[in-house]
Amino acid sequence: MTGPLLAMRGIDKAFLGVPVLSAVDLTMEPGEVHALVGENGAGKSTLMKILAGVHTADAGTIELDGRAVSFTHPLQAQQAGVASVFQEFNLLPELTVAENVHLGREPKRRMLIDRRAMTESTAAVLADLGVEDLSPAAKVGTLSVAHQQITEIAKALSQGADLICMDEPTAALADAEVELLYRLIGRLRERGTAVLYVSHRLKEIFDLCDRITVLKDGRLVDTTAAADITPDDLVAKMVGRRIEAQFPDRLPGTETGEVRLRITGGGNDRVDAIDLEVRAGEIVGLAGLQGSGRTEIAEAVFGIAPFTRGSIEVDGAPIRITKPRKAINAGIALVTEDRKAQGLALRQSVRANARMVLDANARVHSRARLARVSGLLSSLDLVARGEDQEVRFLSGGNQQKVVVAKWLAAEPGIIVLDEPTRGIDVGAKHKLYSVIRELAAEGLAVLLIASELIEVIGLADRIAVLHDGRIAAELPGGATEQQVMAYATGRGPE
Amino acid sequence: MTQRLAGPRLGTTALIYLALAGVLVVGGAAVAMDGGNLFATANLVDMLTRTSLTGFLAIGMTLVILCRSLDLSVGYTAALSSLVAATTMDGQAGNVPLAVAAVLLVSGFVGAFNGAVTAYLGVNPFITTLGTGLIIKGYLDTQYKGPAGDVPAVFQQFGYTRIGPVPVSALVMLLVAAAAIWFLRSTRIGHHMYAVGGDADVARMSGIRTGRTLLVAHILCGMTAGAAGLLLAARFGTGSAEAYTNLYELDAIAAVVLGGTLLLGGKGGVAGTVAGVAILAVLDTVFNVLQIDPFAKDVLRGVVIIAAVAIYARRQLDRHARRPRFAEGRAS
Repeated sequence: MTGPLLAMRGIDKAFLGVPVLSAVDLTMEPGEVHALVGENGAGKSTLMKILAGVHTADAGTIELDGRAVSFTHPLQAQQAGVASVFQEFNLLPELTVAENVHLGREPKRRMLIDRRAMTESTAAVLADLGVEDLSPAAKVGTLSVAHQQITEIAKALSQGADLICMDEPTAALADAEVELLYRLIGRLRERGTAVLYVSHRLKEIFDLCDRITVLKDGRLVDTTAAADITPDDLVAKMVGRRIEAQFPDRLPGTETGEVRLRITGGGNDRVDAIDLEVRAGEIVGLAGLQGSGRTEIAEAVFGIAPFTRGSIEVDGAPIRITKPRKAINAGIALVTEDRKAQGLALRQSVRANARMVLDANARVHSRARLARVSGLLSSLDLVARGEDQEVRFLSGGNQQKVVVAKWLAAEPGIIVLDEPTRGIDVGAKHKLYSVIRELAAEGLAVLLIASELIEVIGLADRIAVLHDGRIAAELPGGATEQQVMAYATGRGPE
Repeated sequence: MTQRLAGPRLGTTALIYLALAGVLVVGGAAVAMDGGNLFATANLVDMLTRTSLTGFLAIGMTLVILCRSLDLSVGYTAALSSLVAATTMDGQAGNVPLAVAAVLLVSGFVGAFNGAVTAYLGVNPFITTLGTGLIIKGYLDTQYKGPAGDVPAVFQQFGYTRIGPVPVSALVMLLVAAAAIWFLRSTRIGHHMYAVGGDADVARMSGIRTGRTLLVAHILCGMTAGAAGLLLAARFGTGSAEAYTNLYELDAIAAVVLGGTLLLGGKGGVAGTVAGVAILAVLDTVFNVLQIDPFAKDVLRGVVIIAAVAIYARRQLDRHARRPRFAEGRAS
């Protein structure tokens, strides 16, 4: 073979006018394991989805085996030999491994499905991968995540894939299962199948990958051989230097008071051994990579998926929060990560949304509070045609202000903000930053979750860094991005 | 949620046949306490006769529900088919083959219409088939003021002949069921119905023509409703527009769901549906023999159906539990 297996050149992509990728290059050789790394929002997933045909690039060229290709549908990518294993598997749980592997391409004999051939060829692919403990006849829904992943990889190989993209393949795996994936990737390399490995986990990247491509803010930082770079240098490249965002300072008169929220040894099936205190007037940041357990802590505190171990105290009193209603009555508010699905009734008016928490909870409902809702909305600088406008017509930033207003209306003592600035414009972001400062000044305990490290660093008085469902470190507010990333990627102190 | 069952779980189909056996035992005991015998020939014949009509409808309904669709027009299609059959036969034995062909054509066309509108225009199947049902109802109400057509004696045999205690119509229904089981298992398009109902996106990403699969399911569902119409004609000796008032479509859906096919599609099968049909038939016979008030009878049927689906829903929940990162008890 001459030339690379894959050459992507000058890839640009923007969503709604916001550039996500600009002029990104990526080349891969047959049998190469190539890591794609970068912070949250650096553009890794978008690049991978362009390669998989889920998105189409605005500009740039893609060559496979020297032939120019252009995918407008995932099926085209599949037929060209590019398969993807996303975190959400494309498998049918009610079908068997063999049926899934051959879905849409069932072998036929005299017009009918040849089940024996289906089983045999699946067994052959699995044997080729060196997997012995997975039966082609097993129902996929009953398998472990690792085995489902193997089924996906087997499906990709049986489709004739030369290149497999894996998005955070170890995110849901237990340690022993990671071993299995390592062996599998080794096997793919021997077969000459290239693997594009998207991951945050530095150990895996250095264990597995031949070359590393670093993205930052949608731009290519560097592509280097893994042997030529140290983990520290890699982190430095991922974090890089960025335009400093302006964060409002701590307001004068903000006093750190009593502990309002205390979690002791909190844990459930997603997080473990969580010890965390948030005091009145304090902003505590929760940092961590995607899937590290940030949202799970918010959901446990708010009773959506409660802790099954440990205890929670609110204002010094132990409390068992088993459902959101109890959390609300205890004075806890949660601005959820998914504004449209969980935060708002999109087809209802601004007023109905802003009053929703008060209307739905008799114990926080009061005439005085209802009367203040309008003032609250205007103090947040809400831009809307009127209070009877449906919220789906508002911009993301204004929608978020409605969500914040509906919680502030209940006058909570503790507010948990999960990705409050996701998908909103710069102006609204700055407004929210000052609102967060004001809330602290008023004596609320604020728990802030943000993927953008700079936000956590810029706003929080203390930062708890999560890794794999546990708190890896608690850092002071002035910590650097590099320090936070070091703990978040599981490497420990600098 | 953390308690995983150690042994292999009983399959849903096995469970539903176990339930059928349970219903037979309990029903038999109830009838015996009343001084009767549920398994006397007359009662067996009654039970088996009841299975055939609902059976035909439920087999086709299983296919569309597997595809995550629905057909509320089957009762109307069956009534229409009975008229097509009886008027085409017009008392002539020689016309029977032509009539059967005409019925399958008309009912298949109704199914094709349902399928095409649902698959290609993206109309919710609930609405599509409700509308189709209304269209047929309107046509029947304006065109037929009473029974019409005449079924020759030879075709009426289909409604009444028995081999031992087993009515021929029930045997034909079981044959159709066997054919449907084979179709779902051995043909590509049948196999793809599970994928389309399980996750249409996954199916599409795997190269399956989801629209065509759904269309075929609806055509077959229409044709089994046509078969039910033929049976109605054979039993009544004439075509009957009034037949739709019996709300057969609800019985069919109830039987499918009782048989363990998920209303959300992608899981289940015709073997379970046959057991679901049988359970409903046994219950009806038991209620009849015990001379239970017909209104109370409906209450009991409703309770049984809801209870069964609640049990399936629980089993389903359990299976979709998230995989824990931290197993319970590690920290305690």
